[in-house]
Amino acid sequence: MADALMEQVRAAFEGGQRLHIRGGGTKDWYGEAPTGGTTPVLDTRGHAGIVAYDPSELVVTARCGTPLAELEVTLAANGQMLACEPPHFGPGATIGGCVAAGLSGPRRASAGSIRDFVLGAKLLNGRGQHLAFGGQVIKNVAGYDVSRLLAGSLGILGVITEVSLKVVPMPVAEATLRFDGIAQHEALERLNRWAGQPLPVSASAWADDTLHLRLSGAAAAIRAARHALGGDPLDAADAAAFWRELREQSAPFFAGDQPLWRMSVPSAVPPLEPDGGLPAAQLLEWGGALRWVRSAQPADVLRAAAREAGGHATLFRRGRSAAAQGAQPGCFAPLEPALLRIHQRLKAEFDPAGVFNHGRLYPGL
Amino acid sequence: MDTMTADAIAREALLSRLRALLPAGSVLHTDEAQRPYECDGLTLFRQLPLATVLPSTEAELLAVVQVCRESKVPIVPRGAGTGLSGGATPHAQGVLLSTAKMSAILAIDPVARTARVQPGVRNLAISEAAAKHGLYYAPDPSSQIACSIGGNVAENSGGVHCLKYGLTVHNVLRVRAVTIDGEVVEFGGGALDSPGLDLLAVLIGSEGMLAITTEVTVKLIPRPQLARCIMASFGDVGVAGDAVAALIAAGIIPAGLEMMDQPATRMVEPFANAGYDLDAAAILLCEADGTPEEVEEEIAHMSEVLRAAGATGLRVSASESERLRFWAGRKNAFPAAGRVSPDYYCMDGTIPRRRLGEMLRAIQQMEAKYDMRCPNVFHAGDGNLHPLILFDANDPSSLARAEAFGADILELCVRLGGTVTGEHGVGIEKINQMCVQFPADEREQFFGVKRAFDPHGLLNPGKCIPTLHRCAEYGRMKVHGGALPHPGLDRF
Repeated sequence: MADALMEQVRAAFEGGQRLHIRGGGTKDWYGEAPTGGTTPVLDTRGHAGIVAYDPSELVVTARCGTPLAELEVTLAANGQMLACEPPHFGPGATIGGCVAAGLSGPRRASAGSIRDFVLGAKLLNGRGQHLAFGGQVIKNVAGYDVSRLLAGSLGILGVITEVSLKVVPMPVAEATLRFDGIAQHEALERLNRWAGQPLPVSASAWADDTLHLRLSGAAAAIRAARHALGGDPLDAADAAAFWRELREQSAPFFAGDQPLWRMSVPSAVPPLEPDGGLPAAQLLEWGGALRWVRSAQPADVLRAAAREAGGHATLFRRGRSAAAQGAQPGCFAPLEPALLRIHQRLKAEFDPAGVFNHGRLYPGL
Repeated sequence: MDTMTADAIAREALLSRLRALLPAGSVLHTDEAQRPYECDGLTLFRQLPLATVLPSTEAELLAVVQVCRESKVPIVPRGAGTGLSGGATPHAQGVLLSTAKMSAILAIDPVARTARVQPGVRNLAISEAAAKHGLYYAPDPSSQIACSIGGNVAENSGGVHCLKYGLTVHNVLRVRAVTIDGEVVEFGGGALDSPGLDLLAVLIGSEGMLAITTEVTVKLIPRPQLARCIMASFGDVGVAGDAVAALIAAGIIPAGLEMMDQPATRMVEPFANAGYDLDAAAILLCEADGTPEEVEEEIAHMSEVLRAAGATGLRVSASESERLRFWAGRKNAFPAAGRVSPDYYCMDGTIPRRRLGEMLRAIQQMEAKYDMRCPNVFHAGDGNLHPLILFDANDPSSLARAEAFGADILELCVRLGGTVTGEHGVGIEKINQMCVQFPADEREQFFGVKRAFDPHGLLNPGKCIPTLHRCAEYGRMKVHGGALPHPGLDRF
C-alpha cells in the first residue's frame, strides 16, 4: 500500500499536479481550504494497521490510516493511552491525521502535546521518496528532529505514512471536581496557583462561572488533593462525558454560528478583553493557556489581543454566516518575515514541486 | 603572494573587525589564550580555531555573526564545553563563539512558572534560582553543575529523571536565536504552541547548526514534596533488565530508573561512597516522588514488582541524604572512570529495552575481543546505554581499539532497532555511524533542513550529518577492515 501511495506522489511530482492528503476527513474544516478546489485526494486510509506495540517499551508504531479509535482501544486493553488525549472530531479520525493536525486534548497542559510524544515517523516527501526519521526509542538525538517537525505540519511537507508514539500508563485513579460561582479572573488565579503546587491536576475547564478540575494519579494523591481543594465531585460517568464533550467540542459552548477563535496565550495573563471587552462567550482550558472565544469581531482585533498577551489567535472554525461573506481572514496568525522565509525554504526542500496541501497552512506554502 | 600569507592577511583582517565589535579581552587569538577552547568533553579531538570570541550581549553576538557571514567564516557555537560528542570542537578556519559571558537569569515568573535566561546560564543555576518558589527545571544531565542551558538546547539533553519529566524539548517554551542571515528570531513563545510549523522542535537538538541561541524560556515545575529511591540488587544483569520491563508493564513510571553493572558499581564506590551493593551483578536505582502518601504507595508497589522480578535485595533510602548519595554515585560514574583509567570513552546508544540482555552480553564479548574493560551505566527507563570504555590515549593501539570498540557498540545499537545517540549528540564523534543509521535520501533531507536555516553552511559545518562522500569513504574503510573509524580533522 505504501508503494501505491508512493506511485501516486511520484506521478504527481512528475506531472506537476497537486494532491490533497486526506485520512478520515474529520478535520477537513481545519486550516485554510486547499488552493484549487478540485485537487485530487491522496487517501491514506488504505495504509492502516499497528506495526509494532510492546507495552513494556511504552511505544506504539502504527500506519497513518489506522483509526485513532482502534489504536486507543488496543492501548486501553493494555492499560495504556495516548498521553495528550487528542480530539477525534468524528468516528473516522486516523492517527496520521491526528499527528498532522497536531491538536491535543484536555490533558495537554500537564502531559504534553502530541508533538511531545512523537518518537519517529516515516514520510513520503514531495519527490516520492519514502524516508524514516527518529525511531522507536524514547531518547534519540541522531540528526534533526524531523518527526516532531511533522506534528502540526498539516501535510505541507509530505505524507506521514507511519508514526511511532510514546504512550503512557492510564492513571490508577481519577476524580473530577466542580466549583460553582467562580469568575474568570478568579479561575485563572486558582489554576495558576494550583499548577505551581505538587497537585495531580490533569485537566481543567472554565465557562459560565463554573470551574471543572480533573485529578489523575495515585489513589493516595487524589485523596489528599481532594481534601485540600474542596469542590463537588462528579460521578465517574458524568466526568467522562464532560471531558469527552469538551475534547470533541460537542459541549453546548461550541454549538451555534459565531466564529470560534482559539487563543493560545501564557496561562497567567488576565482575562482577554480587547476593544473594551470581548463578548462574554469564553471557555478556558489548559490551566488558562487555551482560551476559546466565540466572537464576530474583526480578526485583527482578536489577533492583536492575543499578541499583546504574548500568544496567538487561530480562527479555528469559521461561522456559517461568515463563510458566506467575501474576503476571509487567514486561519493562522501571520508569521514574522524571518520565520516565513524559513517555512518557505523548508517547503521547497521537502516538497519542491508544491505537490502537497497547497495553501492549507499559509498561502503559497 | 603565497597562500600562507593570504590566509594570514585574511585572519588579521577578521581579527581587527572582531576587535572593533567587542570589548578588549573578548576576542582571543593566541594559542595560549585559545587552549581552553580547543576541545569540549570529547577530548580525543583538539583543534585551535582562527579566533575565539566571547560576546556579552545579543547585539555583540549578532555583530559577530554579520562579520562571519560577510567573510564566509564558519562559526562554531560553544556553551560550557561539557558536551561529549565534539559538537563544540573548533573549526580550523572558523570562529569559536562562546556564550559563557551571556550568563544572566533575566526573569523568574513564579505565577506563570517560567524562567527566562541567557544561554550561558548553568542548568543547575536555574533550579537554584527557582527553589525559593518551590519550583525547579526538570532535565538534569549528569553535568548539570557545569553545563549551560544553551548547550542543553543544542543537544536536547536528558538526564536521570527524563522518563517521567521529559527531555529539553519537553521543557523549553521559547528560544530566541540569531540566524546566519543576521536576524533575531523567536521560536516558540510564552504560550503552549505557536502558529506555523513547530520550528522550535527542530531547533532543539540541532547541535548549533541552525541558529545561535541568545535567550531561552524554560518551564518550571513544582518540586515534589518528597522523593525516595530504592536500590535493588540482582544476581544477573539480564534479570535486572527484565525487572525494568516488569515495572513498566505494571503501569509504573518511576521518577528515575537507572542500572549499573558490577564493574560500574565497583568503579564508583571508592570514589562516591554511595553505599552500593558491590556483590550484586547489577543494581537498579528506582525513584518515586510526589506527596508522602503517593510515594509510600508507589514505593510499596515498586518493591513488590522488583521482588517478584527476582531482586535479591532491596534498600529504600531512609533519608534525603541517603537518596542523594545513591544518585551521587550514578552521577559521578564518568569522573570515577577518569580516576581508574587514564582515559575513558563514553558511548550513548539507545536500544529497545527488551534487547538489553543481548546488548550487555555482546559488550562482554567485545571486551574480550578488544582486550579492554567496559563498565556499564544505563538509563534503564528509556533504554539509553552509557558503556564506558577504559583506555589510554597515550598508547595509539589502545586508542584505536577503544574507537573500534565504540563503533561496534553503536552499530549494534542500530541493528537492535535503536539509535547511535540518545542524548549526547552526534557532533563529530558519531558522524560515521550516522551513515549506518540513515540512508542517503534521509541524510540529504537533513541537509535540506540545514539549508533552510543556513543556506551557506556556515553554522558548525561538518558536524552531525555526514556527506555522501564521507559515508562512501567510511564504507570502503569498513570493507578494508580499517581499524580507525575517525580520520583526521582536516577531512571535516
